[in-house]
Amino acid sequence: MALEPLLLKHRNTPGSAALEFYLAQGGYEAAKKAIRDFAPDKLIEEVKASGLRGRGGAGFPCGMKWSFVPKSNDKPKYLAVNADESEPGTFKDRILIEQLPHLLLEGILICCWAVQIKTAYIYIRGEFTEGAKILQKAIDEAYAKGYFGKNALGSGLDVDVTLHRGAGAYICGEETGLLTSLEGNRGYPKLKPPFPATHGLFRCPTVVNNVETLSNLPFIVNRGAAWFKTIGTEKSPGGKLFCVCGHVKKPDTYEVPLGTPFKELLALAGGVLDDRPLKAVVPGGSSAPVLTADEAMKVNMDFDSLAAAKTMLGSGGVIVMHDGTCMVDALYNLLRFYHHESCGQCTPCREGTGWIEKILHRLEHGQGRTEDFSLLMDICDNMQGKTICVLADAAVLPTRSFVTKFRAEFEYHVKQRKCLVARDA
Amino acid sequence: MPVQFSEKSRARFEWLLTRYPTRQAALLPTLRLAEEEFGSIGLEEMKYVAGLIGVSPAHVLGVVSFYTHYRRPEHGKYILQVCSTLPCALRGCERITDHLKKKLGIKVGETTKDKRFTLKKVECLAACDRAPMMQVNDQDHYDLTPEKVDRILDGLP
Repeated sequence: MALEPLLLKHRNTPGSAALEFYLAQGGYEAAKKAIRDFAPDKLIEEVKASGLRGRGGAGFPCGMKWSFVPKSNDKPKYLAVNADESEPGTFKDRILIEQLPHLLLEGILICCWAVQIKTAYIYIRGEFTEGAKILQKAIDEAYAKGYFGKNALGSGLDVDVTLHRGAGAYICGEETGLLTSLEGNRGYPKLKPPFPATHGLFRCPTVVNNVETLSNLPFIVNRGAAWFKTIGTEKSPGGKLFCVCGHVKKPDTYEVPLGTPFKELLALAGGVLDDRPLKAVVPGGSSAPVLTADEAMKVNMDFDSLAAAKTMLGSGGVIVMHDGTCMVDALYNLLRFYHHESCGQCTPCREGTGWIEKILHRLEHGQGRTEDFSLLMDICDNMQGKTICVLADAAVLPTRSFVTKFRAEFEYHVKQRKCLVARDA
Repeated sequence: MPVQFSEKSRARFEWLLTRYPTRQAALLPTLRLAEEEFGSIGLEEMKYVAGLIGVSPAHVLGVVSFYTHYRRPEHGKYILQVCSTLPCALRGCERITDHLKKKLGIKVGETTKDKRFTLKKVECLAACDRAPMMQVNDQDHYDLTPEKVDRILDGLP
């Protein structure tokens, strides 16, 4: 399936981050059009009609999320832009931030107009130092032009945007963790409900949107919801950035319509590294359940097809593994990650991720026991759905799927006390 | 010498306060300012920031220790952060870490005696398309090989 590149149209064009470049491409016309042609409510309806779903992980309909923000409320309203890209295998927002920061800023203006928000924060992960510099420059340029600040773009609405750097914590990509961090705390997630739409940043109504989600808005405003729905599938409209990495020949970010078969995406990425047989695919960032090669080659890359395959689209991070991958080692690596990133608030997650990591460590090092399999499943049962946020679930989903789908390999580690696959560098 | 912001940083701090409805929300950016001004964040710097923001030093310590990216006094001049999460692992990041351990004669988490290098294994830095990768202070380096790592380290001032 061919798609006119939108988000990646100017990929690797030198100077694409500059305001003049963006203006030469018709930049900020969509925001002007939104303000001129759409009353805020009508704009929310338009985005709802487009079917745009959140590109950060959960896939929640964007327009619907906006509509949950109460209209009549004395409290200020906030937009928190989630630029804390940290789901392993995901590197799309980094590209958008570094190469087209004004597209994101225009998306922010559109969102602020629709929800009548005066204050936006961009929470960018601490490690994105280059991205933060580029984005700050773009913000300064946009302020100088009057796109932000008092009477932003002549809308009559004052819109301020502030870049807020994180400091290194995966959990701050979780929306309530992000808000807690923005308030000047450890990034501890909060119980939902109440949801951020009513009780978010500083306990005020807050929209939390991902960078890629917002970057789609200028196109939807310019070309219309009906146009957006012609791309992708009925329930997953639009294009999507997929980050294909691991054992492929051309690891990169690819923009394809939602619903594109995995097979085609793999071909775009040049196929499996060294032409080796495909073994497994994590289709939506490390928290998504793993697919076997057979399953992956049959699946389409959209929210519903991947849900039907008992996994998820997540953040669009596609981790490809060839036959040289030890699945025990791969899962051990992921659980080390989740254990490290657990914020420590909830006992099942804080302890559970550590226990799973420990068991996987002994399986990987030839000291596993047969009863470890039931123990792993027992720990998973006591973690999933039992914590404030979904980090515990994000650790459980790969654990269950790796152990179930590649059971023979895990058992080999117990019985033979060594690895089934011949390792290579 | 008492820990204190320069006039420039102080002005920047005052500006930060105007961007948030609470003083506390300016904590993370103020810690970044402190990091730039003082080179790293130790207990004295934390106490100073706590006083500026109006929270307890314990709260600031809690925040600083929760996050991984603040520069601490025990860190060397260059912090080598080698990404170690699955996508980099599939592309051989272990080889990079092993090479650095051998080259620098330290373990992960340690600093060389001359306080020039600190070696850290970190989680996904969102550059899996150019794995294996590492961050040297603020600079990203991609598609690493042991030879490339040697060139990067040898080229540092």
